[in-house]
Amino acid sequence: MTQQATAANTEMIPVTIDGKETRVASGTTILEAAKHLGIRIPTLCYHEDLCVEGVCRICVVEIEGMWTLQASCTYPITQAITVKTHSPKVRKARRHILDLMFSEHYGECYSCARNNNCELQNLAQEYGVDEYRFGHPDLPIFNIDKSSFAITRDNNKCIQCRRCVRTCAEFQEVKALENVGRGNKTAIGTFLDKPLGEVVCINCGQCINRCPTGALTAKDQTDLVWDAIEDPTKHVVIQTAPAPRAAIGEEFGLEPGTPMTWEMNSALREVGFNKVFDTNFTADLTIIEEGTELILRLYKTLVQGDTSMPLPQFTSCSPGWVKYIEHFYPEYLGNVSSAKSPQQMFGAMIKTYYAEKNNIDPKDIVSVALMPCTAKKFECNRPEMADSGHQDVDFGLTTRELAKMIRESGINLPDMPKSDFDSPFGTASGSGVIFAATGGVMEAALRSVLEFVTGKQVENFYDHADIIPVRGFEGCRYVELKIPEEVGPVPAIIQHLVPDWNWIKGATVKVGVAHGTGNARKVMEDIKAGGKFSECHFIEVMACPGGCLGGGGQPIPTNLDIREARAKAIYAEDRAYGEAGKARKSHENEAVLKVYQEFLKEGPCGHLSHKLLHTDYTPRGKYID
Amino acid sequence: MIQESIRNQITFSQIAAAEGLKAGLQITPEALIDQVRESGIRGRGGAGFPTGLKWAFTAAEKSDKKYVICNADEGEPGTFKDRVIFENWADLVFDGMALAGYAIGADEGIVYLRAEYTFLREKLEKCLAERRKKVLLGENCLGMKGFNFDIHIHMGSGAYVCGEETALIEALEGKRGEARNRPPFPAASGYLGKPTLVNNVETFAWIATIMVKGSDWFRGLGTEKSSGLKLFSISGDVESPGVYEFPMGISVNQLLTEVGGRGAKAVQIGGASGTCVPSAEFDRAIAYEDVATGGSIIVFGQQRDLLDVAENFLEFFEDESCGQCTPCRIGNSKLLEGVRLLKKGECSAKYLNELCKLAETMQIASKCGLGQSSPNAFLSIVKHFRKEIFNREPVAV
Repeated sequence: MTQQATAANTEMIPVTIDGKETRVASGTTILEAAKHLGIRIPTLCYHEDLCVEGVCRICVVEIEGMWTLQASCTYPITQAITVKTHSPKVRKARRHILDLMFSEHYGECYSCARNNNCELQNLAQEYGVDEYRFGHPDLPIFNIDKSSFAITRDNNKCIQCRRCVRTCAEFQEVKALENVGRGNKTAIGTFLDKPLGEVVCINCGQCINRCPTGALTAKDQTDLVWDAIEDPTKHVVIQTAPAPRAAIGEEFGLEPGTPMTWEMNSALREVGFNKVFDTNFTADLTIIEEGTELILRLYKTLVQGDTSMPLPQFTSCSPGWVKYIEHFYPEYLGNVSSAKSPQQMFGAMIKTYYAEKNNIDPKDIVSVALMPCTAKKFECNRPEMADSGHQDVDFGLTTRELAKMIRESGINLPDMPKSDFDSPFGTASGSGVIFAATGGVMEAALRSVLEFVTGKQVENFYDHADIIPVRGFEGCRYVELKIPEEVGPVPAIIQHLVPDWNWIKGATVKVGVAHGTGNARKVMEDIKAGGKFSECHFIEVMACPGGCLGGGGQPIPTNLDIREARAKAIYAEDRAYGEAGKARKSHENEAVLKVYQEFLKEGPCGHLSHKLLHTDYTPRGKYID
Repeated sequence: MIQESIRNQITFSQIAAAEGLKAGLQITPEALIDQVRESGIRGRGGAGFPTGLKWAFTAAEKSDKKYVICNADEGEPGTFKDRVIFENWADLVFDGMALAGYAIGADEGIVYLRAEYTFLREKLEKCLAERRKKVLLGENCLGMKGFNFDIHIHMGSGAYVCGEETALIEALEGKRGEARNRPPFPAASGYLGKPTLVNNVETFAWIATIMVKGSDWFRGLGTEKSSGLKLFSISGDVESPGVYEFPMGISVNQLLTEVGGRGAKAVQIGGASGTCVPSAEFDRAIAYEDVATGGSIIVFGQQRDLLDVAENFLEFFEDESCGQCTPCRIGNSKLLEGVRLLKKGECSAKYLNELCKLAETMQIASKCGLGQSSPNAFLSIVKHFRKEIFNREPVAV
């Protein structure tokens, strides 16, 4: 583990790197010290999000007085040293290491998903690789594993930096990928070498975002989407989640956190989609359905003493999290909200409500979802996700795949004019937007629940309706909110749910937020041990770090700074909705209210809602047949 | 059978069980470490780190828990002296471990015994049980209040790399046997993150011996930088293979005379990871400052093809690399491919030079001692026998 230079009372050690002198806190690595001095040391197995491994050896440097070179990413400075980062010895070693990697790296750059965004390719250029000194494979050695709906694994391109293993095992605590074999037969593998589609992989795709090469990629479905677009008999619609808007600009050379919402709408029409919808519409719908379910759970458990709907209620929008709990904590599936994710709710609505309204045969609709996520590809292929009578969502596209389609259409996204989403779903509320960030679903839910039960504007309790306590990037967050003594009047849409509302007066709502399944595990273990999270009423879990904005389908690279920049863009958009006089709370979304009037007439959690907007889960367990 | 492989007088025979332990417990831990330091003994596993210094580092660490580990993963091709020590003088090893526990403030000792030595386990367990009965282990060991040192045995699973101390610790923790990043060294953070002292079987036996015979006695033997006596495992083209005790600094020539190996073409000193010394250099000293060894000496007669030797060693390393770092995982395979090309007369001089440069990178850029030393044999054979290996007739297809 890297020891970060933080504590003020840590001893400061003088260090000289390439002739530049500085002082660093004891324990700072050479790599960190060099970065501080503005000196670039190349890295491959190092990743800011992960613990250090020190295996690729590309970052080796020469320390005066030492015979062997040292990996700068792992070497802690604890005494005065003089370092050379590009001495002849170092340069030769780096070139050799690259030569060795290329002697096993099979695959052409032209046809690689990571062409022009590959750390190995960049290093080949940086170190002037002009021939394969120790050979190059003529034929692939490994079969490409395409068994997963979400992730394609091509070990021929793997350089064994182990970032994926560390991501999977230490960051996400899933352990679907591991180091197998020994000696020159060492490889990244799965349990008993099973296909990725058959192991405990949750499809989060975090491994893809940290793979330096094209060994791990999202399953590419752009050709199938092009086919649909080109088919005149098909009505192709796309719903776009909030997180890709805050990130897709990175694919076009913009700084992380440059929102592209309105430009993207125009681009999608140019690409050929017949309608462009905002997934936030169903994010708002999710809040109504999930919030209603929460109220029912609370009433049943706390007032009636009925334990059939246990607390805490977990969110269900993140398909990575859903598969995680199915594998690792199946005994808690009763706690997961039965509300479908926004993607799947939208899918069901498009092929029913929208089809009916516009007189289109649902079999002619191709429903595409733009998601920051690879697990969404798995989710839309779940057999139970066909409540419309058809597969509710046909394709889940990642931000990266869509950027590719936009480029292929000759469009430079930042140059596009701005345009709005299509009706009948229109623009959603700011609450839908913040679904993209960790804590966002919780904040959206609280904005609505607080107003429902108090009959007051949430702005009375939180400035600008920003519920700051649930925001932030801390891995596991626990928050208590006090409900005022006076309640009601409760809006008509949920009034009928329970016979009286007095029980909620003065209650303390306890909520939790976790992002990254490693943190989810901490919360689950705490619940099992009867800790404070077991007292929670509602817990939001997102499988990816930072929430959807750090999803496995987002532009590569990823790190904390990038995720924070994207989060800023998300919250800024929510604020802008308020400033422009648009709705910021899910229950103020007029299109949602209209759906309940026109279509889901029994209201939230009613019969039709249950059929189209709710689902159940599959206990999978950790063990594989 | 093992008895028969002992070829000369071995000092350990003169030392009684518990003798060294009793002597060592008479003095303070600090004085004990000083004795070890003054003896000049360096690690008998082969790396040759000064033992006294290692003990002092581990003793200096403040921790509620420390460990003493006996590295009995004797996996270097051509070495078998630790097996002989355990067969004959296991008590001395356990005495040495208890002394280490006393010196550094540890109460738990672990013997990491290689899987191939499973047959020794029963005997060693019996010995440990005996020692507990005699209060040479366990609570208030030898009547010393508060000194509760005990030892248990952990079986290895057959990986060569687990002889490297940090890989051994990883394996003890139930993980893949792979070397850790250093620093931190085990003295600061070892088994379960606690200060840990790892020494070779033979080192512990010598410590017990030094406590009896004195550090001056040990220091007076061998050379200035490589003091004392050492056990050697002699194999290959010699008349009397087996385990010998020689003072450090003995020349290759002298050694060959003793073991009946005169007229050899080359001697591999230090096992597969060691150096191949040609006959022209048989006046070199077997010592840390010249050619070091953990005890493995393999003698090659005139009839041996040194490309076969290089091929055999590299096949070993290709399999036994733990596979984590690039230079070692792929480098050994490339060297092996090169040797096979040489055997077929298909390796160009240019490519051979490229391979030698690669081997040098492996020596300095690999993560642990395995990859840093695996090219040694290849490099020394290319250096000293270039004519022999480079003049192969192309194999007719």
